[in-house]
Amino acid sequence: MTEGSALVPTASTGGPLLTVTDLEKHFPVRQGILWERTVGYVKAVDGVSFSIPEGKTLGLVGESGSGKSTTGYCILQLLKPTGGTIRFQDTELTTLKGEDLRRARQHMQIVFQDPYSSLDPRMTVGSIVAEPLEVHRIGTRKGRTERVRRLLEVVGFNPNFTNRYPHEFSGGQRQRIGIARALALSPKLIVCDEPVSALDVSIQAQILNLLKDLQRDFGLTYLFISHDLAVVRTMADEIAVMNQGKLVEVGAAEEVYLHPKDEYTRALFTAVPVPDPRRQRERKAERARLRLDRATGM
Amino acid sequence: MALLDVQNLKTYFYTREGAVQAVDGVSFSVEVGRTLGIVGESGCGKSVTALSIMGLIPRPPAKIVDGAVLFDGRDLTKLSEHELEDVRGKEIAMIFQDPMTSLNPTFKIGTQITETLRRHFDISKAAARLRAVELLEEVGIPDAAARLDDYPHQFSGGMRQRVMIAIALSCQPRLLIADEPTTALDVTIQAQILDLLERLRVERQMALLIITHDMGVIAEVADEVAVMYAGQFVERAPALELFDNPEHPYTEALLGALPQLEGSGIREGRLTAIPGRPPDLVDLPEGCRFAPRCPYDGLDSCASRPQELREVRPGHLVRSAHPASARGHAREPVAT
Repeated sequence: MTEGSALVPTASTGGPLLTVTDLEKHFPVRQGILWERTVGYVKAVDGVSFSIPEGKTLGLVGESGSGKSTTGYCILQLLKPTGGTIRFQDTELTTLKGEDLRRARQHMQIVFQDPYSSLDPRMTVGSIVAEPLEVHRIGTRKGRTERVRRLLEVVGFNPNFTNRYPHEFSGGQRQRIGIARALALSPKLIVCDEPVSALDVSIQAQILNLLKDLQRDFGLTYLFISHDLAVVRTMADEIAVMNQGKLVEVGAAEEVYLHPKDEYTRALFTAVPVPDPRRQRERKAERARLRLDRATGM
Repeated sequence: MALLDVQNLKTYFYTREGAVQAVDGVSFSVEVGRTLGIVGESGCGKSVTALSIMGLIPRPPAKIVDGAVLFDGRDLTKLSEHELEDVRGKEIAMIFQDPMTSLNPTFKIGTQITETLRRHFDISKAAARLRAVELLEEVGIPDAAARLDDYPHQFSGGMRQRVMIAIALSCQPRLLIADEPTTALDVTIQAQILDLLERLRVERQMALLIITHDMGVIAEVADEVAVMYAGQFVERAPALELFDNPEHPYTEALLGALPQLEGSGIREGRLTAIPGRPPDLVDLPEGCRFAPRCPYDGLDSCASRPQELREVRPGHLVRSAHPASARGHAREPVAT
């Protein structure tokens, strides 16, 4: 890996980089054809608060529909929250507009779940990674080309393939392209939205290791969204468990994994099968007991 | 005699680029009341194995070029399409990964269950409907009688998979093939579906063939495990034995690459990723198919010599020149 001078490593100050307070995203449910009216709201995110210290990783876990991706999109202002505040460094993001918002976005990027649909099939690898630089008018054409090569090297992708197209590469390689694109503007925060869920186990480990290396080398801060509790455990300093739009438990990762307090968190953890038949037999019994407790209202 | 006995199955896809050797000499058997798990990564041929058993591979381009699929002594590969239709659904049933696409969105689920029943048994509509209610109750769908007239989109993912299982069970199959039955589901729903499959297997004395990429699911349900890589089984053993003493370097690497939910001190550590990726099934390495990614390759000529499955302990088969038990602690892996 190359040294990171080109990517401006940030020294960790230890303070929160991102603070989310009472975040709400309510989607209106509308009915009627000619005279549409709002008949109710889907409370996708409903009063979520957390903060992430600079250089650390918060793992946001939950099942599908729990609101974890919506939370990520709200932070990046890809969705407009209906309530709450989002402080990024010293800027309040929810009130930003136009040029100010565009400038703030340089520091926050996203890596998507699906490396197949998140890369434009008609753009070359080089132009995909260069696009954020062009949008924000950074560097000269020649400088950008050089930077793209450096970025691809950093993520372990052969920089000689910049003129090829995404479909020529496997899922793991594509995810590296997506990560290089996210790194292009030297962001401080990266929202990783299920970044390895579409990958096979052996490739998944490569990408997780890469994300760890990048965090160490460039002081990145991650909001790591995943449904996979074991994956989150290898990445996160802190864990936030989400259920039906609300956070049910937040805490230091090891503490939450070893001593989950919330009933939903416990049910979620015991539902995961572990790759050990003997241990899994015990967990299955635990699972049955938890279900019995709930059924009898204990 | 085993209920299902697959012998040296080879399914190739003939494409413009050449013959894709999707399944290349796979043998296994499943006994009544037992569960075999086939585990492997995408593209290793595990689903094609299942589809070949059912005679559901698209022909052309695919073709079973060799081998036999003996079900209760009958070779399914020799049956006509018409004869196969009597076996499918009735003797062998299958459930797929995606309960959203395997149900027809334009028919009520009651119709979809009774359709299968009436194809295989000579019963009236009313009797089939009664049976459908029983089946939905058996798989744990509340208020079953009322839900017969609902469409698939009115069910959640987990409930849809229950409907699929109800259809699969409708004709009392002796073998159930489940291809990634819980991959599209949340973990809490996955646990419910695995519990359901386990209960049904015991109550009905079915044989179960479960295909998955998830070692956790394997650990929970399988009596015996086959690890598949590049169209072949590379290791086969009873479940406890496989997890206690994995022999093949690929199995070891796969288990090592898994993030752990339990145990301590992994946040600081790195996962042991497997370098590279699986070989192209059109252009396979001439020797051991795992050699290009194997940490023990280079010690001898295994990369140029095809490897056979051989028994290293009773019931434990491995396809490698360097099984763990033969390595001992004498040699260190070659650095990658």
